[in-house]
Amino acid sequence: MKVTRRDLIAGAAGAVALARTAGAQTPADPTKVRGTPPRALGDRASTARVQRIVRGQVVSSTPLHDLMGIITPSDLHFERHHGGVPAIAPETYSLLIHGMVERPTIFTLADLKRFPSHSQIHFLECSGNLGRTAGPETTPGMLAGLTSTSEWTGVRLSTLLGEVGVRSGARWLLAEGADAAVLTRSVPIEKALDDALVAYGQNGEALRPEQGYPARLFLPGWEGNASVKWLRRLEVSDQPFMTREETSKYTEPFANGTSRQFSFRMDARSLITAPAFPNRLERGWVEITGIAWTGAGRITRVDISTDGGATWAAARLQEPVLPLAHTRFRHMWQWNGGEAVLMSRAVDETGYMQPTKAELLAQRGPGTATYHLNPITGWVVQPDGRVVYKEESWA
Amino acid sequence: MTRGIRQGVFAALLLAAAGAAFAQSPARYGLGRAATPAEISALDIDVRPDGAGLPDGSGVSSAGATIYASKCARCHGATGKEGPNDVLVGRVPGDGFPFAADPKVPHTIGNYWPYATTVFDYVRRAMPTTAPGSLTNDEVYALTAFLLHANGIIEAGAVMDKASLPKVAMPARKYFVPDTRTQTAAKPKP
Ligand code: HEC
Repeated sequence: MKVTRRDLIAGAAGAVALARTAGAQTPADPTKVRGTPPRALGDRASTARVQRIVRGQVVSSTPLHDLMGIITPSDLHFERHHGGVPAIAPETYSLLIHGMVERPTIFTLADLKRFPSHSQIHFLECSGNLGRTAGPETTPGMLAGLTSTSEWTGVRLSTLLGEVGVRSGARWLLAEGADAAVLTRSVPIEKALDDALVAYGQNGEALRPEQGYPARLFLPGWEGNASVKWLRRLEVSDQPFMTREETSKYTEPFANGTSRQFSFRMDARSLITAPAFPNRLERGWVEITGIAWTGAGRITRVDISTDGGATWAAARLQEPVLPLAHTRFRHMWQWNGGEAVLMSRAVDETGYMQPTKAELLAQRGPGTATYHLNPITGWVVQPDGRVVYKEESWA
Repeated sequence: MTRGIRQGVFAALLLAAAGAAFAQSPARYGLGRAATPAEISALDIDVRPDGAGLPDGSGVSSAGATIYASKCARCHGATGKEGPNDVLVGRVPGDGFPFAADPKVPHTIGNYWPYATTVFDYVRRAMPTTAPGSLTNDEVYALTAFLLHANGIIEAGAVMDKASLPKVAMPARKYFVPDTRTQTAAKPKP
């Protein structure tokens, strides 16, 4: 048989089609084969590969560069724990509230769910959310993927405190987890009575074990560590407890020779999630997109620069722009092939503008802990279209 | 309808309305059950800087050194300085606070921790990571004494117990300042 050039091309195309579908068993023409029946539990498309970035024993990051919109799929929510993820049976779960209260009380999970429920869409960010030694081949998720946004459902902590009766003079609460670190943080009573939740729901279903199943504390806009997971106990007190996580850790040395303590609020920040490493640009119109968020309320503006910060233009904010939640921004840009440095900077409703690295370093010094670093971040577009992280030296 | 009956109906309606409102959001829902003192003390392991929560028992550095060598040294080093996990021992000359300027100075109990009670609280709840919560109160007091002595904060023979530990003054205490940014975030409307 004579093999023609046409056969070769067809054969190559067939091989490509096979390679694409290998393992996934997708037919060449889906209109010619009946599809699968319904299933009790769905999966991602077999070709949609998305996963967290796991680093060591205590951290995994959200792949921000793979996500759209503002909601983080629950199985891609970042993880940070100090004693592993505990397995807790919901029927044995209980929350004890005691200390400076009229009625020390134990609530089961079923009790918590009988109170009025609130659902709130909020970001949760680890205060140590910056890879300071990141090299050029760093994705947005690797750099700053310790932030995620979910719809959280639970009972207002103020409702529970009303139930147990807080005594006068109460100023702080100790929140304690049922993990192997029995992690504890002190929380000011003002926050507890304001918008704090004892959450049992995440994106419409029970919390994921990694996010605190069966129930966790959730403090909107505040550093993630204080939103104690696997919450087993709340003790009301007239003073903070000075736990290890609020003294040795989660405090920031400042250039003026002090260390800032109880720095709960996350300041405004934005991050371009595309184009970024490992994207490769084609000439023409490019959508620059990313997320912005602030612990002070709503994002009011995100500026984009394509020339390394020399000039800025306002990006479009995608509705909904929710308080204390990721806000999606986008900006159309025409790339004609030259080198460019893409940057974003967020402004929030208090007027606070995301700082530069130089501003942060002047305030904190090169030795500061990694906590609460929210610098403007750049991505370098190389003439061949490759995009890499604009490396920064923090030392 | 007489005026009296009309007033009576009105009052009944008001009462019903009040009842409905009450059903919407009572001051208390009557959920949960009273916690007994035994249930509280089984979980209440925290220790405050003023010493509240410290249990009975005591320990000295020499006893702590033995426990440290067998249960802690492999992760924190023979003298607490070598790692591989967190460095626990070390002072800064003149008890300065060079952390912002120098990323190479490790944060230790001796140069960074503001409260001695935190050592007891944390070791008791979380260490060793291979068997958290396995140490007796005497062991935790002894380990606390060992770590404070190794950091040059207490004398070799000093007994650590619920009376003495809260009195231990930590060199870095004066450097900690509360956050002065406005704490209350713009409130999301429910
Ligand atoms: C298997 C390894 C391992 C063993 C054994 C171990 N630790 Fe640790 N220790 C760690 C790790 C890991 C951390 C950090 C945990 C974290 O950050 O959540 C830590 C943290 C600490 C800290 C806090 C350090 C800081 O600067 O915040 C103290 C204090 C401590 N350990 C004391 C002890 C003592 C005392 C023992 C022995 C009873 C012990 N450890 C045994 C691994 C270990």
